[in-house]
Amino acid sequence: MKKIGFLLVVLLLALPIVYADSHEYQAWTCPEGFEGQTLSIFNWSTYIAEDTVPNFEDACGVTVNYDIYESNEDMLARIRQGNPGYDLIVPSGGTVQRMAEEGLLIPLDLDRIPNMANVIPSFLNPAFDPDNSYSLPYQWGTLGIGYRTEAFPDGISSWEQVWNHDGSVAWIDDRQAMFGIALTILGYDPNSTDPDEINEARDYLIENGGNVVTVAGDDGQVLLERGEVDVAVEYSGDISQIMWDCECDDYAYAIPQEAGNVWFDNMAIPVDAPNPELAMVFIDYILDAKVGADLTNYIAYASPNQASIDSGFIDEEILNDPSVFPPEEQLENLFAIIDVGAEAEELYNNAWDELLIFLGQ
Amino acid sequence: MTSWLARKRESGFLLAIPTIAWLLILFVLPLVIVMIVSFMSRGRGGVAIMPFTIEHYQRSFGIFSIILWRSISLAALTTLVCLVIGYPLAFFISTRRNRLFQQVTLFLVILPFWTNFLIRTYAWRILLGDEGTINGFLLSLGVIDDPIQMLNTQFAVLVGLVYGFLPFMVLPIYASVERFNFRYVDAAHDLGANDLRTFLRVVLPLTLPGVLAGCALVFIPSVGAFVTPDLLGGTKGLMIGNLINNQFGGSGNMPLGSALSIVMMAVVMLSLVVYLLANRRDRGA
Repeated sequence: MKKIGFLLVVLLLALPIVYADSHEYQAWTCPEGFEGQTLSIFNWSTYIAEDTVPNFEDACGVTVNYDIYESNEDMLARIRQGNPGYDLIVPSGGTVQRMAEEGLLIPLDLDRIPNMANVIPSFLNPAFDPDNSYSLPYQWGTLGIGYRTEAFPDGISSWEQVWNHDGSVAWIDDRQAMFGIALTILGYDPNSTDPDEINEARDYLIENGGNVVTVAGDDGQVLLERGEVDVAVEYSGDISQIMWDCECDDYAYAIPQEAGNVWFDNMAIPVDAPNPELAMVFIDYILDAKVGADLTNYIAYASPNQASIDSGFIDEEILNDPSVFPPEEQLENLFAIIDVGAEAEELYNNAWDELLIFLGQ
Repeated sequence: MTSWLARKRESGFLLAIPTIAWLLILFVLPLVIVMIVSFMSRGRGGVAIMPFTIEHYQRSFGIFSIILWRSISLAALTTLVCLVIGYPLAFFISTRRNRLFQQVTLFLVILPFWTNFLIRTYAWRILLGDEGTINGFLLSLGVIDDPIQMLNTQFAVLVGLVYGFLPFMVLPIYASVERFNFRYVDAAHDLGANDLRTFLRVVLPLTLPGVLAGCALVFIPSVGAFVTPDLLGGTKGLMIGNLINNQFGGSGNMPLGSALSIVMMAVVMLSLVVYLLANRRDRGA
């Protein structure tokens, strides 16, 4: 009796608020029945907010195991050898396609993920996963140029400035993105599968890579900070992180008009996941307006979540930063990496080895 | 009736079974698998599929030979530098009269092993960087006007390898100098040999087993090193270990990686044969 009375009071108090603004944010609640269960997440390093996981554990009464990887390749190699027990992974677009084709992903039950409605419509039904059968977007960003403003007082607006820079340059160990840039500049499809075009792009990169001192894993921003290089080809968020950390104008990020890469990371459930139901609950949780906004505020990558953007939970500073959320007209110029198939994969692999052998000489 | 000798042989064999099984399962079998994979074709995601091919060996001896050669020369140079630094050091330690001093210096040689190899190598990045400790020091002294590029060069890899493997040179040389009987030196002097001649004709030949063991222990891991060139070498100091490592990621080429490993193993084996021959000639002399 007491309980019902309490509920009534709560309802009565809530009513005017709900009526006042039908868009009023309701904190995410966990569906019943998961208490005591375990969820294992396998995500990129430095790619989640501090409280994302603890809040989820509190909301659902579950335990989360959290493990990290450095590249799509690393993750793919682990899952391919037999899923060691992960429930949720965060592959990029092309990798989602590849994994789905290889039967490494479990289809999503979209009815269990009502917050899918929060996703920006243009991010749904992507070419790499039509109908979102296997994945929903996590975060997105671009690949461009992070540089020390001291070395480039007039800024960077062309890849030529990187190629011709008299000083140290770092590229990134993301073969298809690097080749995509060269192929685009040469006037070809950035996802070309033509051996001649790929080899021409390889030669173009070797020719213009004399100043490359290292092909960095995913730590180009650290090399910039430490003064080891003046320029680092890197992912947008990593550069944004150091730009904000130093609260100075020492670093900047640019995507030249000629070529740039946009990528989308997605949540998906690997085959043989022990607890796919809870993974879908987690996907729904991430797509919540507040949770998604907190994520973007912390890791400085762009949100695919319309509700997060509209709700005002994302810091103005981040929302208005063109290096995080590139303007519409710039986005149109960026290419996305798609899965090129087994044969072309080998072409890129061989060309990348040959590139590494001759680079920086 | 089994003779004592035959029984001894039998029990000797029984005692060796665990070792033999260990070697068969964990060394011979994997090696055979690597051999087979190295002749297979690359499938989706870099895995090995049929049919058999020799294309990976053609590539290994083709374009990859540049890096293979660089790895061998860097490893040889590392061995040489380790020898030049390590021999006098080992000689110094083992000829101390004070036993405690000897033990402490030996302990100091091994001390770096207490810290993780990755961290120690990473520290060199901070020392060698353009804005690193060494350049900062030289700049502040006014010795140089612009930082010298040391990081991301073959020089940095050499420094890292020498630093990492020096103890492997010092310890076996120490052991063989320790066993050396210095009355031979007196004898050589009595017979009229000067210091240089005594060293070259008496001391060096008698400590050669330690020198050769040290060289093998430094050269072999240096050829296949991949952490050191990865952290210190950048594009210019790339070694074969890095390229092999790349082949085993999600979109690499496991058959190619296997072929490169086999070629590298052959190089190491060849150097071991040289080592054994030199050792035998030394014993025969």
